[in-house]
Amino acid sequence: MTDRSTPAEPLLVMDGISKTFPGVVALDGASLRVAPGEVHAVIGQNGAGKSTLIKILNGVYRRDAGSIVLAGKPVDFHSPLEAQAAGVSTIYQEINLVPYRSVAENVFMGREPRRWGFLDRGKMNRDAAAILERLGVHLDVRRPLGTLNIALQQMTAIARAVSTDARIVIMDEPTSSLDEREVGVLFDVIRGLKANGIAVIYISHRLDELFAVCDRVTVMRDGRTIDDRPITGVSKVELVARMLGKEIGEVRRSGATGFGRRGRRPLGEVVVEAENLVSDRLDGASVAVRGGEIVGLAGLLGSGRTEVARAVFGADAVQGRLAVRGKPVHWRSPRDAIRAGFGLCAEDRKADGIIPYMSVRENLTLAALPTLSRNGIVDRAEQAKIVDRFIERLGIKTSGPEQTIRELSGGNQQKVLLARWLCLNPSLLLLDEPTRGIDVGAKAEIQGLIDELAENGLGVLMISSELEEITEGADRVVVLREGRTVAELDHAEASQDALMRAMAHGDEDAAGGSTPEARPETSDAELEPSR
Amino acid sequence: MSQPTGQPLSRPLPAARLGDSQIADVLRKYGSLIALAALLLYNVLFTNNFVSIGTFNANMTQVATIVIVAVGMTFVIATGGIDLSVGSLMAIAGVLAPLFLLDGQQFGAPAVGLALAIVAPLVATTLLGAFNGTLVTVVGLQPIIATLVLYLGGRGIAQLIVDGELREFRNLGSPLIPSFEFVGLGQVAGIRFQIIVMVVIVIVAAWVLRATTFGRYVLATGGNPAAARLAGVPVNRVKMAVYCISGFLAGIAGLIVVAINRSSDPHRVGEYMELDAIAAVAVGGTPLSGGRATILGTFIGAMIIQLLRFTLIAHNVPDGITRMVIAGAIVVAVLTQRQRST
Repeated sequence: MTDRSTPAEPLLVMDGISKTFPGVVALDGASLRVAPGEVHAVIGQNGAGKSTLIKILNGVYRRDAGSIVLAGKPVDFHSPLEAQAAGVSTIYQEINLVPYRSVAENVFMGREPRRWGFLDRGKMNRDAAAILERLGVHLDVRRPLGTLNIALQQMTAIARAVSTDARIVIMDEPTSSLDEREVGVLFDVIRGLKANGIAVIYISHRLDELFAVCDRVTVMRDGRTIDDRPITGVSKVELVARMLGKEIGEVRRSGATGFGRRGRRPLGEVVVEAENLVSDRLDGASVAVRGGEIVGLAGLLGSGRTEVARAVFGADAVQGRLAVRGKPVHWRSPRDAIRAGFGLCAEDRKADGIIPYMSVRENLTLAALPTLSRNGIVDRAEQAKIVDRFIERLGIKTSGPEQTIRELSGGNQQKVLLARWLCLNPSLLLLDEPTRGIDVGAKAEIQGLIDELAENGLGVLMISSELEEITEGADRVVVLREGRTVAELDHAEASQDALMRAMAHGDEDAAGGSTPEARPETSDAELEPSR
Repeated sequence: MSQPTGQPLSRPLPAARLGDSQIADVLRKYGSLIALAALLLYNVLFTNNFVSIGTFNANMTQVATIVIVAVGMTFVIATGGIDLSVGSLMAIAGVLAPLFLLDGQQFGAPAVGLALAIVAPLVATTLLGAFNGTLVTVVGLQPIIATLVLYLGGRGIAQLIVDGELREFRNLGSPLIPSFEFVGLGQVAGIRFQIIVMVVIVIVAAWVLRATTFGRYVLATGGNPAAARLAGVPVNRVKMAVYCISGFLAGIAGLIVVAINRSSDPHRVGEYMELDAIAAVAVGGTPLSGGRATILGTFIGAMIIQLLRFTLIAHNVPDGITRMVIAGAIVVAVLTQRQRST
């Protein structure tokens, strides 16, 4: 079954790696073999041991047992610095560079070229530009890193790795904050690394990407390596089945996402209507959501999707008309929106969602505290009841309500954050990338839950960069481009192609193919200059 | 939908493998309590006359004002802030009180004068706390800069109120003075009144932090202000409130100090108090990054510092070495209580 036909001289062989944390066996004899110039995917559910294996490779953790052989020599890294010196570089999800310094300074930080003991800025800029050039990226290396978008910042991080003579570059969820276009650029860069004989270990929850860029795939489950094979000839369903430890047929029945088939379900009244929202990031965005309806909000990164959700939730000040059940409202803060029955699950769970040091219980009840307390004193019994109910209903995997939320996996954190609103019995949920960075199993569960909630009359505005999620999940799709609504497609029209076209151009093609309600004045203004 | 997915891996360890990390866990949780117990035990065994009501009162009166201020500081630090102005606010409360203690007749009845001597300074320091809160929330200054304003300016205000002079209460010739001095010198059932005040404040504050919506909001604000706001926590009002609490408690401490001293000195009242309070909070196990806090810890932290100082002085250790030992104790305390970084 497992194909062991790895090229004769592997660059990296990790064998029999075990690692135990207090209370948990994270790795149990895992292995990983990577050839030079190979792009090697490592996949598995959260908790399967991917990140622990990677952190042992790059010196963050020490292994309890097993061997690591790099280019024929046994190695034992005590720190990430040692690993880097030996040619193992890691590009993290959160970019750990200095935003105020220039691109070139970031590439060479700590290893600045010197001349007569002084910084040789000219050489530094030339070298940095040359490295980026080799990766196929053209940009002014004197610009402060913070002024670049996330994708280019990531390119800088990769350039830094290359400049340290990396032989293996580890990428942990590199595309999680990139849009489709930027993902393309990243893939070109990865191919550039490959051409230079550098191996890439690629970790991602987005299985579709693997087929585009990877050569081999290692599947992990329960701390063990389950599979290691060339990616050609493997199907996505097969990979999901291997990760979950299920039969292929069992997986296939549940579809690519957890959303059920969209039938015509009776829609309720218009819960919220936002018209012509304008701010420094929005330029005439409009969207309406009815009870029982899942409205997809699509658009490229920076198109204003998050800003629309935040505006509807009262998190940012905007101009424009906002109406709840037909009545105009003016939010001063999210508190007002919450009282009106709204809830928002933010895109960045860590920054805008969880309170890291608080327990599952405290996180879950945070928004409901005013209803859970009498005279400002929290009703403990009532609170415990609600927490227990939602832990059970959403299947939140936790050692108990008192566990600190940051110890939970991404999927379970997201469930707690959903429960934070569900316990208030909301009428509208604004979900910004609700399944980002969540493993396949929990992803399908959350999608199924969203479906079920809409079935019961909840209005949902769902933002997602994964087109599959929008095309399969949404009853109606609103497309944003450069801060304005450019198209509106119903479920039948919303193919991935149609969405891509509308997101990228928003031109007459897309507008024509959409519903006539797409703001005529906006489209006119758009088309005018070109005529 | 399909079956719930496989449980993320979490096999329990065999119980036999109790390692260093468990010891570290115990130290982190109970280290300060163990240190306090050790200090008490040492003194019971090796310090003459340690177990006496006199020693108890002496130590507790010295620690009372620090604890009271440190409780307010704990709330501020729990929101991720810091309050450097507490010492200056104490001085302002201290110089304001005697202004209402003249002949006892100016406000109609002596009781009114006495009440004003206590209430007016507290209102003043609470409002100055609100000023701190405004600088932090509305103006958006960093807490350390915002409260530096009153740290520097507040003592100036105190000096201006009394023309920079030390005021001895006996020179006021007011019949209200003995009643006012009860705040600092009075006793209830043999226990100094200020100790009772301190204990009440500690218990109420611990309860507020643990059991009320406000307490939860304080920790949420410090833990992740952006997320807290999106969950409906009135972040700015919470911040405003903690600086008011800190100002109010500093006012109480200021009254106690001038009552003990029987005089109010705008230069000296509350001097270095902000640092003592921050030290007590840190030793007590509340991280300065916010989001986590323990009132009881702060109390224990203040007690450890006090008892350490007492022990060294009682055994004739020179002052210079005493200071260095206390500094070392702070480092050790903070290091043992530090959370693992990941």
